[in-house]
Amino acid sequence: MTQTKRPLPALLPAAPIKLPTEAERQLTNGLTVIAIRRPAVPLVEVRLRVPFARANLARGAMLSQTLFSGTEQLSTVDIAAELQMVGGGLSASVDPDRLMISGNSLAAGLTRILEILGEVLDGAAYPSDEVSTERDRLVDNIQVAKSQPSHLAREALLRRLYGRHPYAVQTPEPEQVRAVRPAQLRALHAERVHPAGATLVLVGDFQPKRALDTAEAVLGSWNGGGKDVTLPTAPGPEAGPVLLVDRPGSVQSSLRIALPGVPRTHPDHAALQLANLVFGGYFSSRWVENIREDKGYTYGPHSVVDHSAAGSVVLASAEVATEVTGPALLETLYELGRLATLPPGEEELEQARQYVLGTLKLGMSTQAGLASLASTYAGFGLRLDFLSSYSEQLASVTRDEVAAAAAKYLAPSGAVTVILGDAEKIEAPVAALREVELE
Amino acid sequence: MARRIKIPATKYPVERFTLDNGLRVVLAPDRSAPVVGVAVVYDVGIRSEPEGRTGFAHLFEHLMFQGSENLEKLEHFRHVQGAGGTFNGSTHLDYTDYFEALPSGALERALFLEADRMRGPRLTEENLRNQVDVVKEEIRVNVLNRPYGGFPWLKLPPVMFDTFANAHDGYGSFEDLESATVADAAEFFERYYACGNAVLSVAGDLDVAEATEMIKRHFGDVPARPAPVRPDFDEPDLTSERRESYADRLAPLPAIASAWRVPDPIDDFDAYLPYVVLAEVLTDGDASRLVERLVLRDRTVTSIGGYLGFMGEPFEVRNPTAALLQYHLPPGGDVDKVLRAADEELERLAGDGITTGELGRVQARMATHLLRDTDAVLGRALRIAVLEEQRGAPELINDLPRLIGEVTPEQIRAAAAALTPQRRASVEVIPGGGQ
Repeated sequence: MTQTKRPLPALLPAAPIKLPTEAERQLTNGLTVIAIRRPAVPLVEVRLRVPFARANLARGAMLSQTLFSGTEQLSTVDIAAELQMVGGGLSASVDPDRLMISGNSLAAGLTRILEILGEVLDGAAYPSDEVSTERDRLVDNIQVAKSQPSHLAREALLRRLYGRHPYAVQTPEPEQVRAVRPAQLRALHAERVHPAGATLVLVGDFQPKRALDTAEAVLGSWNGGGKDVTLPTAPGPEAGPVLLVDRPGSVQSSLRIALPGVPRTHPDHAALQLANLVFGGYFSSRWVENIREDKGYTYGPHSVVDHSAAGSVVLASAEVATEVTGPALLETLYELGRLATLPPGEEELEQARQYVLGTLKLGMSTQAGLASLASTYAGFGLRLDFLSSYSEQLASVTRDEVAAAAAKYLAPSGAVTVILGDAEKIEAPVAALREVELE
Repeated sequence: MARRIKIPATKYPVERFTLDNGLRVVLAPDRSAPVVGVAVVYDVGIRSEPEGRTGFAHLFEHLMFQGSENLEKLEHFRHVQGAGGTFNGSTHLDYTDYFEALPSGALERALFLEADRMRGPRLTEENLRNQVDVVKEEIRVNVLNRPYGGFPWLKLPPVMFDTFANAHDGYGSFEDLESATVADAAEFFERYYACGNAVLSVAGDLDVAEATEMIKRHFGDVPARPAPVRPDFDEPDLTSERRESYADRLAPLPAIASAWRVPDPIDDFDAYLPYVVLAEVLTDGDASRLVERLVLRDRTVTSIGGYLGFMGEPFEVRNPTAALLQYHLPPGGDVDKVLRAADEELERLAGDGITTGELGRVQARMATHLLRDTDAVLGRALRIAVLEEQRGAPELINDLPRLIGEVTPEQIRAAAAALTPQRRASVEVIPGGGQ
């Protein structure tokens, strides 16, 4: 190729992040409602986050599975059909911090979707027949999850990371689910599904103030009360031997590494985000370029700063071919160590900075993206304006600060490492690098 | 019951033009957020790969990211992400796409990157060997090391179809992947990656005149090469039921999937569309026919999926394609019983028909899904690119919610009546106990 090189077009200067029009109100029953306008499509997004810490694992999972299984007036099918009529749908999930209800509908259906949501919040009946159906389904789902390497690796990592903290076990055992009775679900609902501390985020094609009025008119009567339950601070990663979890016959090893993280409001947050990106947080990171694009050990390695209410942690994951498990771990430790001991290059830092600033804009460019972001932030007591201050921090973090964050948080000596794979084949190469403990 | 809700639509202006070299371009401006989606779609997919080269279309997609005339390996990724954007590519039965979502100030950079690889990717031995390894890991993650890997999209076509084009494994065998050569790649590029065989689309925060100028600047001198003639991949419909099974050593529970041939999605869109709606009538949520019957009442299955096209892309697939229903069963579940019950529900729908209320609510939900897809600039860019490529009708993006809303109860009834056991191909997963 002897052609003259064509010049890469310059980027036009990016405008600062522009926040959408929003309104917020706390209802007398304690529910906080945030309404955000994005009228690009005639739809609305709904996110309701209810604090749910310390809820019994199996009952909590069953509650989310059966919340829409009927009320005094409506059956499962009625609820689904009523929602469909306005192009709507709702679903629930739980994690150790909260019960989350998500959905969407045509914009003209906002009142109706909130009415159905309100009816379920006030009057979910947990009919025995439906509970029994969903119980069997949940047991089957757990059984399938337990055959997934990604799930097994996550379970092992959580146990290793969190010890006796409630974050240690996040999936109930089948027999615990089998023991759940409708009366227990009604009791859990009565105790925990309340507006105090809950946040409803609405995003869509509406006037925010009018959406607040609608939410107040429909959900203002949702039964108040509830109790304030918080979790103790989660322990940070405590380094130790590599935990090897045997999965005989595995053609890949699931490599999981946890490192300490900080919450979004911590002064090191922006610097750690950038350090994580440079390590493995996006495709153009050192880790991906090394173990995928140079060595072909893996398809999709990735690291992320993961935030929960009781703690933040950096999580790195890769599925690597069984025969290169040792070399892949070696390169991973090398990249962590290199970043923790040498400052990142100026250009690669700028690249990571532009990436995170740009993807923030992409994330808020859809109704669904805005709704999830606003709801996540609200769960940590933040509002969308945090985006502006966060962007400013990201823009001003220096190379030294990123180097310091890498040294403090990403040093391989602080890592908790779990590898799920064919132990017979991978133990020796892993043990050549790190002390190994077999599970 | 409540009044039927009016199904709304979007009004994206859709502009199209063709460059002198044959590249087709579609623009859909919408300035509601400062981001753009850019997509280049080539009219080549899994069905076009040569015998002995299973998985080649997908492998080649990987090679398109490995450097080009003015770009070293890794530069493409860095330039997109360093501009605040995200990127990817994917290989389908009938097309291969490459795309970016970026802040709007990075539009010209994305166009430069796409034009550069359209002129010529760097096809080297080293990159080929590296990406063969990466693709093998991708197949291990998605197929070999997990339960239900490739079910049903890789497992059902060989039951339903007889020709190599339609029946082979689109991810490819390791043997075929390993024996791929740089010469194969060069030939594949020459033949299928012609600018006359491609569509470029941009959606989002753009000025039409400015974007047109930029596109001419970067793509205008890509040498003209015409599109190859696409073979007719059609096969005769099944005249009797086909049924196969395979053991999945990682799967803990039984599963089964069935498929039926449907009318040509492009040339017979009016006849095809009712099947798209029927799939939702049968499977969308707790109020759907099959979920209500099989999950909630009979409890013979734990989950149901229903969709058009093996990759679940009803508006991005050509003939021949299929309507699929797939089920996961509880331990010891009886797949025959499930198929029989599904047949009964189809017969009931064909016989008794559907009320306008039931149909209307399914149509409303489908409109929400379509509009949600297009709220993202990238979803919009990809859809208009494929609609232009396969139909020359990108404006269909605005019309789809309405057209779906116009499907009648009579059409649903006729579609249900066509899904008979005699025309059905099924594949069953025999669980290996999750060990």
